[in-house]
Formats: sequence, structure tokens, C-alpha cells
Amino acid sequence: MKALRRAVPPILAFLGFLVAWEAIVRTANIPPYVLPAPSLVGATLVADRAILLPALGVTLTITLEGLAAATLGGVLIAILFAQWRWLERAFLPFAVILQVTPIIAIAPLLLIYCTPATAVLLCAFLVAFFPILANTTLGLASAERNLRDLFALYGASRWQTLWLLKMPAALPFFFAGLRIGGGLALIGAIAAELTAGTQGGRTGLAFRIVEAGYRLNIPRMFAALALIALTGIAIYAALAALSHWALRHWHESAPEAP
Amino acid sequence: MSEALVALSGVSKTYPSGTLALDPLDLAVREGELLTLLGPSGCGKSTVLRLIAGLERPSSGEVEGAVWRPGEIGFVFQEATLMPWADVAANVSLPLRLQKVPAREARQRCDEVLALVGLAPFAKAFPSELSGGMRMRVSIARALVSRPRLLLMDEPFAAIDEIGRFQLNDDLLRLKAELATTIIFVTHSVYEAVYLATRVVVMAARPGRIAAEVAVDQSFHRAPDGRTSAAYLDLCGRVSKALAQAAKAVP
Repeated sequence: MKALRRAVPPILAFLGFLVAWEAIVRTANIPPYVLPAPSLVGATLVADRAILLPALGVTLTITLEGLAAATLGGVLIAILFAQWRWLERAFLPFAVILQVTPIIAIAPLLLIYCTPATAVLLCAFLVAFFPILANTTLGLASAERNLRDLFALYGASRWQTLWLLKMPAALPFFFAGLRIGGGLALIGAIAAELTAGTQGGRTGLAFRIVEAGYRLNIPRMFAALALIALTGIAIYAALAALSHWALRHWHESAPEAP
Repeated sequence: MSEALVALSGVSKTYPSGTLALDPLDLAVREGELLTLLGPSGCGKSTVLRLIAGLERPSSGEVEGAVWRPGEIGFVFQEATLMPWADVAANVSLPLRLQKVPAREARQRCDEVLALVGLAPFAKAFPSELSGGMRMRVSIARALVSRPRLLLMDEPFAAIDEIGRFQLNDDLLRLKAELATTIIFVTHSVYEAVYLATRVVVMAARPGRIAAEVAVDQSFHRAPDGRTSAAYLDLCGRVSKALAQAAKAVP
């Protein structure tokens, strides 16, 4: 009930925004190739579903594959870092360099070395990888000092300490990284698709935006954009729900689902 | 009540920052006693516990008898220090799991200590669902599950309200009587120190040292008005005086 009441203001604000948009387009007679009304965008979404939905499928698949690879790689490397600190000192700078270099600048290079499909996947992976690695590394070092002492008192082995203490203690940090990574994987996939442009064998949503732009089909551009935004929201909400479920016993530290 | 279970002789501790936490001190802990270490914050009470547990090494001197096999020491911290992701049973049986005790035996021993601290119905509860006092009981159960020879408690009830603390004090004395464990209990409450102890060791700060020792005759526990009996209050008075003198005397 309380959650419902909290959801009312943003929903009203969004509906108000759509109504104002529609009203402005209609009263000012703005042609659809300049700014389509939301009703037209909605209609295009339905009319062009045979084109847009497969494209959504392609982009979503790449995003999720990139995110899965980033999760696996980020967690594995974070565990190696936690077990051997000199590895962290040696290799964390590489991860930082990859992170601070804009993906849009790396993408053209990747397209030279890899097939477009691989390059797009690599981009999604690269941007999602760092927040997961950084957060998990931080989390693995975050176990309470007293608990670590307790493990030492009972003669816990390195792997027992990792499995029973460090990894569970890292969970909230890992999920924070995963939520950031989920959004970034989508951005990476879209940025790479834009760069790959027409060479792309598989046509994702970003390619459809570029293509619609060439044809001055502005409503379809908006429709594709709306689908991308919805996908981003859906990924974030799904990861937030997963995190909330996994941390439900933590009480104080469990982040509220937004 | 004879053999020294663990003895500190000429033990001092200087931290890498240069802070002298403990002036050389001697302290022998006899098997079966309940020793309370009483003193202001910063007097090195917790350092003494950590040295005895082997969590830290002395800068000079020797801690004799402190070669513990895993599980011979139980440690209760100021906070309950439970794993929030694990339920009560998993938290309590952690020491057994780390020592690879077979699951069936571990479950049985876990049930035993949970019954001992009065938490048998809460085995499947999570720490976030328990009150502060109940969490501390879980922490005590975890310290007892490995059947330690020595139980070290570092201001365990400091964060618990007074009524809950009285209850926990009585529970601790009952457990002590049932299990015949040696206990070293750190506190900054005179009343708690006297109530629990067979011997109160008064410490002073900067640098940490032993200022006085008061043997406690526990016969007041048998008096019907225990906590308000003249004998108990008189002892508290004596210990308070020793504490005040220790604070004044700067070496």
C-alpha cells in the first residue's frame, strides 16, 4: 500500500509529460518527421513490431551475454585478486585503463580485429566487467575484522575463509556492481552496434535507429529508442529484485529495490 | 582451582604506531576461575585478551600455556559478530564446521548449546530477526559449541540494556556452574565485574597496567537480596576505590 502510494507521483509526472508532449505536437502542428507525438510512436511500435522485436532480441541477447561473461570474469578475477594481493597490484591498472578509455573509441579498433558480432559482444563485456570486478574486490576485503579473527582462532583454511566468510560478505558489493554492470552492458552493446553500423551481420536496435535515420523515419527512431529505454529499466529492475531477494536476510544492509 | 591455565609474565605490547598499550605485566589465570578485568577504556584490557588468544604477539615477555588447538578458546566480542547471511544454527555451528566435525554430531552439539542459552526455538531464525540480547546469546552459544577450555569475553554486554544485562549475567553464572569452564571477562562496569567474578583485576590506563586485585567471595549470590545485599555493595565500594586510586596514581 505504502509502496503503491510512493509510486503515484512519478507515474503522474510521466503521464503529464506524455500528455504535454502530445498537446504541443498537435497544437503547434509539428510534422512527424520533426517530432512525432507519443501516440504515433506507440502506433509505430505496434506497426513495426516485425522489424523492431527481432532487433530487440538481438540487442538483448548481446547485452545479456556480455553481462554474463563480465559477471563470470569479474568475480573470478576478483577472487584471484583477493587470494593473491600482488596479482591485484599487478593487474588492476589494466582494468582501470580499459575502464577509463571510452568504449566508443575502442569499438572501431575491435571491429578491425574481430567479426562485428564478436566486437559488439566484447564491447558489452568490457564496460560491464570493471564495476563488477572493482565492487567484488572491495567486497571480498570487507569482512568484519572480528569475524576474520574468529576464523583464525578456529584454524580456518584459506579456502574455508574464502568460501564461508569472504564470498558471502562480498555479496552486497557484488550486487551493487552487477546493477551498474547491467546498465553499462546495454550501453556497450548499443555503442558497438552504432559503430559497426551497416557491417553488422545481426541487426540490433541501434542499427535500426541508424537505418531509420537514413530513411528519415523519425517515428521508428523514437520507437526503437523507447524500446532501448524500456530494456534498460527492465534489466535494472530485474537485477535489483534479484539483489533484494539474495540479501533479504541482511536487513540493515540490504539495499531497497528502487 | 590450582594449576595456572595460562600465565603472562613480563608481557608488554607496543603497537607499530609507537603506542605503548601494555606496560610489562604479570597475570596468572587459574583453571576454573572467573576472572574479570576491570578498567577504563584504553587500559589494554582487550589487548590482554587478544594476547591470551594468540591473536597478537607480545612485544616482550611471554604468554605461557597459550598454545591453543583450534576450538580450545572461545571468544565473545563486544558485538555479537554474527554472519548476517547465515541462520542461528549455521552461526552457532561455524566452529564445528571449520574443524570438520561430522554434520550429525555438529547438529547435536549445536542443539545442546542452543538449549543451554535458551534459544532452541530460534535455530532457523536469522540474526536480523533477533534482539540485541538474543544475538549475544547466539554469540555465546557459538563460543561454547567447541567446548573451549577457556572462554574470553570482551565487554560482551556493554551494548545491552541494564535489565537484559542482569539476565545475561545470571545466565553466564549458571553456564559457568554447568560447564566448569575458565572465563576471563573484560568489562568497564564495577557492578558487573564484582557480580560475576571470583577475582577482579583492576587495570589502569596510559600505559595499561595492573593496579589492584580483589578476591571476591561469592557468598552474596546465595543471599535472597543478591544485587542489593550489603556484602555485594561493600565489595563494589572496595573495587570502586581501587579503581579511583589507580586512576590518580600516575607512574
